[in-house]
Amino acid sequence: MSPAILELVLVTVVASSIPLVIAALGELVTERAGVLNLGVEGMMIMGAALGFAAAYTTGSTIVGALAGVAAGIAMAALFGLLTVALAINQVAAGLALTIFGVGLSGLLGAGFVGLKRDGAPQLNIPGLSDLPFAGKLIFGHDAFVYLAFALVASVAYWLTRTRSGLAMRAIGDNHESAHALGLPVRRTRFLAVLFGGACAGLAGAYLSLAYTPFWAPGMTAGRGWIALALVVFASWRPWRVVLGALLFGGATVLQLHAQAASLGLPGQLLSAAPYLATIVSLMALSIGVRRNGAAPAALGQAFIPPR
Amino acid sequence: MKNVSIKLAMGAALALGLAALSGAAVAQEKLKVGFIYVGPVGDFGWSYQHDQGRQAILKALGDKVETTYLESVPENDSERSIEQLARTGHKLIFTTSFGFMEPTLKVAKKFPNVKFEHATGYKRADNVATYSGRFHEGRYVIGQIAGKMTKTNTIGYVAAFPIPEVVAGINAFLLGAQSVNPGVKIKIVWANTWFDPGKEADAAKALLAQGADIISQHTDSAAPLQEAEKAGKLGFGQASDMSRFAPKAQLTAIVDDWSGYYVERTKAVLDGTWKSTDTWDGLDKKKVTMAPFMNMPDDVKAMAEKTTADIASGKLNPFACPIMDQSGKPAECKGGAALSDAQILGMNWYVKGVDDKLPQ
Repeated sequence: MSPAILELVLVTVVASSIPLVIAALGELVTERAGVLNLGVEGMMIMGAALGFAAAYTTGSTIVGALAGVAAGIAMAALFGLLTVALAINQVAAGLALTIFGVGLSGLLGAGFVGLKRDGAPQLNIPGLSDLPFAGKLIFGHDAFVYLAFALVASVAYWLTRTRSGLAMRAIGDNHESAHALGLPVRRTRFLAVLFGGACAGLAGAYLSLAYTPFWAPGMTAGRGWIALALVVFASWRPWRVVLGALLFGGATVLQLHAQAASLGLPGQLLSAAPYLATIVSLMALSIGVRRNGAAPAALGQAFIPPR
Repeated sequence: MKNVSIKLAMGAALALGLAALSGAAVAQEKLKVGFIYVGPVGDFGWSYQHDQGRQAILKALGDKVETTYLESVPENDSERSIEQLARTGHKLIFTTSFGFMEPTLKVAKKFPNVKFEHATGYKRADNVATYSGRFHEGRYVIGQIAGKMTKTNTIGYVAAFPIPEVVAGINAFLLGAQSVNPGVKIKIVWANTWFDPGKEADAAKALLAQGADIISQHTDSAAPLQEAEKAGKLGFGQASDMSRFAPKAQLTAIVDDWSGYYVERTKAVLDGTWKSTDTWDGLDKKKVTMAPFMNMPDDVKAMAEKTTADIASGKLNPFACPIMDQSGKPAECKGGAALSDAQILGMNWYVKGVDDKLPQ
């Protein structure tokens, strides 16, 4: 593999992992607060549909990204209302949210099928972006990529180093004790759900604005579910989510390149490789984590404040 | 779900009916024709093209027919949708995806007086006919264009699943390319999905990185073509004209056109001559058509037009013998001078020159 191709492969790997990183990071925060939202796919596809619609109408990628975020938040607010405020079963509400989002996005996006717009511009720093090998890899992405990494760093710092981050984790581990201590359990959970929705919406907007710049119904193609699985396999840790997403994206892209290079490996086995590689490596990492130490203890449990 | 065009058509028909009230056969009830689509009408691909066929029926026979369609019907939960159409007085029902096969047969058993038409299937009954298109004929044409247009002699091919239809498409494509350029090479990437724009785009990127300067695809989204456009290379649209996504890259597209068949079959029901048949035609009956040839020099365009016409007239058969398999052994010719339809429909081997191992 020549350096030029290797660089291209790595650039593609980073680009293809970004939607997974952003969506999984949002879900990680939601779950750390003790709420399991299975509606990631539904929020993501709504972000893709409305993000594209807004960007196409206004001609601005930034407006599109914000509309994607807003769409994710709106979907998440609905979910938060049901599960946090009304204490409805989270699994059922999350599944319903996905089905609802997939259907509604098809309806709202119907007028935007088959339209084309240019993708989000890529950063281009004269000199730096032209550096051999690392130039494109470090300085040649679109804004979403840098935003994703900034988000991961902020969330990782916030979860472990700030008072409010610790408070949210306490709520996710034991909502009754947290309530007794006077922490606002339901408000925090609701905000965490909204953050998850914002991230999922942004991830969806990335797909329809930057990755493949058009809207088509069902274009998220199950990435929301992969993001959900990544959170578990990354034992609810932000940087491990990045690692998992890169591994998954990397294995996916590598197997496509292996086929294009006619290495003679069977395609169906190669297609399964991303799943295998990600699960095996993240499980190996989790072995070091104490049993029961990884998952937020109150994950999926509804909180009804004692009267 | 009924759409506005029904009401419009009914309104128009009512006006016509009043005008012709003195005519004898006015009292005759309109034939209701139903459609089941697997995707949204707005997919600008498979289901979109079937809906164009439905509209053609209205255009041609609007005074005698009304139509209904149900879109985005999941294959594994389609029985109740088909039955709903049968129960509400539809006498001719088109189910337009392979996965509707068993549900269609099941409902057909319950409604012997309703005629069913199932696309791309192989199981028939007295009131269930099947139909499909010879899409590989179009693949031969685009293969020739690719063979002429490639500068690197490397063509990339994004394929969905190793089923006979896709394999026959690859073979016809390569035979077309070899007929004008013996040194041409084809690189295949199996995406293992019909529709995942992100993955299809990555597959196209991988092929471009390996030196392909033309991208052909047998997956449903416009993403691979769009990657070709982004890289300043060339490609082909899939199922419908995708030039809006890639005005500089699309050379042509294989377009499915069901209009003729749908009108013909509806007429047969109206005349009482409908029979359960298996129809498999292509460029000859214009069920498969080519989008405008563009982004190519005139001589290539002329060649593509001639090939299209020759296949349509039967002068040229993409699978004319002798055909060598991957090991260089000539394939058995069960259709006389060419491969038989059954051989094409069950194709699970590559022709000579494919640099790939067929996933089994």
